[in-house]
Amino acid sequence: MASTAIPRLTSPLPIRGATHKIHVTINDVPFDFMVEDRTLLVHFLRDALGMTGTHIGCDTTHCGACTVLLDDVPVKSCTVLAVQADGRKVRTVEGLESGGKLHPVQEGFTTEHGLHCGYCTPGMMMTSVALLAKNPNPTEEEIRRAISGNLCRCTGYVNIVKAIQHAAKASGGGK
Amino acid sequence: MTIHGGIGQSLQRKEDARFIRGKGNYVDDIQLAGMLYLDFTRSPYAHAKITAIRSEKALKVPGVLAVITGKDLDAAKLAWMPTLMSDTQMVLPIDTVKFQGQEVAGVVAENRYAAADGAAAVEIDYEPLPVVTDPVKALQPDSPLVRPEKPKKSNHIWHWEVGDKAGTDALLAKSDVVVHQDFYIPRINVSSIETCGCVASFDPMGRLTMYMTTQAPHAIRTVFALVSGLPEQSIRVISPDIGGGFGGKVPVYPGYVVAIVAALKTGHPVKWVETRTNNLMSSSFARDYHISADIGVTKDGKLTGLKVKTIADHGYADAAANPSKFPAGLFHIITGSYPFEKAFVEVDGVYTNKPPGGIAYRCSFRVTEAAYSIERLVDEVAHKIGMDPAELRLKNFIPPEAFPYHSALGWTYDSGNYGGALKLAMQMVDYPALRREQAEKRKKGEFMGIGISSFTEIVGAGPAHTFDILGLKMFESCEIRIHPTGKVMARFGTKNQGQGHETTYAQILATELGIPAENISIEEGDTDTAPYGLGTYASRSTPTAGAAAVVAARKIRDKAQKIAAHLLEVSPEDLEWKDYKFQVKGVPEKSKTMADVAFAAYTNPAPGVEAGLEAVDYYDPPNMTYPFGSYICVVDIDKGTGAIHIRRFVAVDDCGTVINPMIVEGQIHGGLTMGLAPAMYEQITYDEGGNIRGSSFLDYLVPTSVETPHWETGRTVTPSPHHPIGAKGVGESATVGAPAAIVNAIVDALSPLGVTNIDIPVYPWKVWQILHDKGQT
Repeated sequence: MASTAIPRLTSPLPIRGATHKIHVTINDVPFDFMVEDRTLLVHFLRDALGMTGTHIGCDTTHCGACTVLLDDVPVKSCTVLAVQADGRKVRTVEGLESGGKLHPVQEGFTTEHGLHCGYCTPGMMMTSVALLAKNPNPTEEEIRRAISGNLCRCTGYVNIVKAIQHAAKASGGGK
Repeated sequence: MTIHGGIGQSLQRKEDARFIRGKGNYVDDIQLAGMLYLDFTRSPYAHAKITAIRSEKALKVPGVLAVITGKDLDAAKLAWMPTLMSDTQMVLPIDTVKFQGQEVAGVVAENRYAAADGAAAVEIDYEPLPVVTDPVKALQPDSPLVRPEKPKKSNHIWHWEVGDKAGTDALLAKSDVVVHQDFYIPRINVSSIETCGCVASFDPMGRLTMYMTTQAPHAIRTVFALVSGLPEQSIRVISPDIGGGFGGKVPVYPGYVVAIVAALKTGHPVKWVETRTNNLMSSSFARDYHISADIGVTKDGKLTGLKVKTIADHGYADAAANPSKFPAGLFHIITGSYPFEKAFVEVDGVYTNKPPGGIAYRCSFRVTEAAYSIERLVDEVAHKIGMDPAELRLKNFIPPEAFPYHSALGWTYDSGNYGGALKLAMQMVDYPALRREQAEKRKKGEFMGIGISSFTEIVGAGPAHTFDILGLKMFESCEIRIHPTGKVMARFGTKNQGQGHETTYAQILATELGIPAENISIEEGDTDTAPYGLGTYASRSTPTAGAAAVVAARKIRDKAQKIAAHLLEVSPEDLEWKDYKFQVKGVPEKSKTMADVAFAAYTNPAPGVEAGLEAVDYYDPPNMTYPFGSYICVVDIDKGTGAIHIRRFVAVDDCGTVINPMIVEGQIHGGLTMGLAPAMYEQITYDEGGNIRGSSFLDYLVPTSVETPHWETGRTVTPSPHHPIGAKGVGESATVGAPAAIVNAIVDALSPLGVTNIDIPVYPWKVWQILHDKGQT
């Protein structure tokens, strides 16, 4: 596990509302936290844990910039409460690299120029990781369907499709 | 002989290393000790008098520290601010609101949730006023006044015109055929996936550090200094990683200013980040042009004259970001790729009860509006006179030998080979076969269309004699420092937002300095360290900063030659720069690399030569650059539903010399998608009461991977003769060129039904309505 995958706790804020204790495994490391009930998972990750690789791009669960894996399923963390992660596993972009080695999806994105500004990239990559876990050998059509909940304004998607195909090939699949 | 990472190589991007690890540093990632959050109470009305603002309940919300209103700002003379177009706009209103979603009161709290709770608890009493959202109605004498405080007492802001009106009228009168067409180019929103935001922080000495999503950090620093009265050296603007700009991050929005005031008032750093709904309601608007055009042609297909009248809806303030002398931007590039003998363009800017608009949307100032109009008109002319649209274009194009070409509206095009690009695109799609297929399909009652767009762009603003923003000349800068170990740090006045500057600038310098790209670091966006520049927008980085990089590098080479001569014990004239080294002429084994010279520059400088190896250049481009291209789109229309399927889209671009082919192709893919968007999906509309329809991604349709076709690209290379390496800029060409190709294809498909135009965005229901009305479905 890469050191960057560990939360770096930022300044503790006063607690103003009702709280719950949650037990959550973040990028393979188990933690116990007290969280305010209304805190969204994305704000918990970003503002409380300082894990800012997960981004925010809208308020209606459309853009997918905040996509993380919750028990290996991609979810938009702007529409999940932190308390809903209790007893579950969260994987974020910070947890993709392992032992100093990039994940094949990360390799694919840089090799095929699947990113420009980089803002949608973490969410796009987490969706891609989940797709390849379920379907190691996706067609272009299947890739386009799978990432249709992640908006990118810069790339026009062509190279994102290639990036995911690249990762599929590197992982032994690929059409 | 090549240098690793030099010009022309598809070098993997340097900046990717942090982005793919989630280690980018965007504004909302910045956390400072004791940082507070700012949110706004916004107006539910498009036009209303504010009769009372009560903050008491908001201040009782746990965690809320302050409420800031227009009256508070007025006491410090900060309730209003200048726009980049010499108009004024509100920071916060003192007594009236002018559009729905306008910021009315700022609430500062210890976290973003408390700030949002506080904003909901501010109580504001309004008296609604009459609203006008249609610029044509706004020009009528009985219209409500949007800016009654202005001496003019009219919603008309300005009139601008260029060209020969009488000459154009005379020419059109004697043309065999004149085609008239009205186009509405709807209001759209840039919608970069990262919204706008900032963190304002004062140090104990009163020095402001402003982390903000800005495409033009230096210009913003100067504007802040002029508006606030803070000494300019006490302001540091840092533009960190930016999650897409596209023009939406050029203007100054009220949130930035209120964050600074809030930081002053509370003594804490203050963060403000827009929600998507805030962004879609109040910032980053483009276009909103109502165009009426006449184009003349002889019966054998020779284009004659062009006359264009436009009403530009700017919302309640002209807060566009055009060069000062051009209130309608570079709209007079509208004669496009054709040698019109005469042309005339007039534009009238109008106030309405909408948020300020008129910024660019991944296109140089108003160039899409121009390219769309001319390329739609040319197709209409072709249909009208029964000539193939490709043939009409090839017959009329400005020929390659006519460059530099002086257009009827005053531009001097640098270089072009329009026929070459169109012929390549036709070859790539097999145009004759497509036309044969279309003829077959028409016999069977099927609707297939082929659309062409052969656009000419104008980018790289710009020459100081003509181009400035608030008086700041639109030069661009590069500063290079070569360290003793031969490693390079170069800084620029531009600002990357995803274009790949950290890579392409390094490639230019690799070639010019003979140092591999991996040994060259590029930095932008910090006004304390980068040389002054006007920023990145309108595809200007490569034409201006790219040129500054070359000139600065050549200044270094001049000095380095003297040091190399000293090391080789020859005179500088005996050396030549060859194979990325200084070689003694005729004796190639006697040579020194730039790294050798760099070490000597600090350890063994030549007599009479200053130590160090650094240079800076402020580059004033002699002219604009004129990228161009030809796009061909093929569509199939479903008769039952009106659904439009883009079967193929081939884009041939010519941006002059290509620095990184991979990045250039990527820019074109992205630009094409932002050309597809307004052609078929995106628009922001308002009802008569000024209520916005489209304030979330539920209603504002940014294309996903499913709507976006598989783009195909091709390239011709016609270097710019005045740019030191012949490059022209490419970030926006495709946004400019694509919409007309798509709409031309759709209109071409439906032309057997007598269809000559469909206003964008072309939704399936519009097509279905036509098919239905014509008895086709």
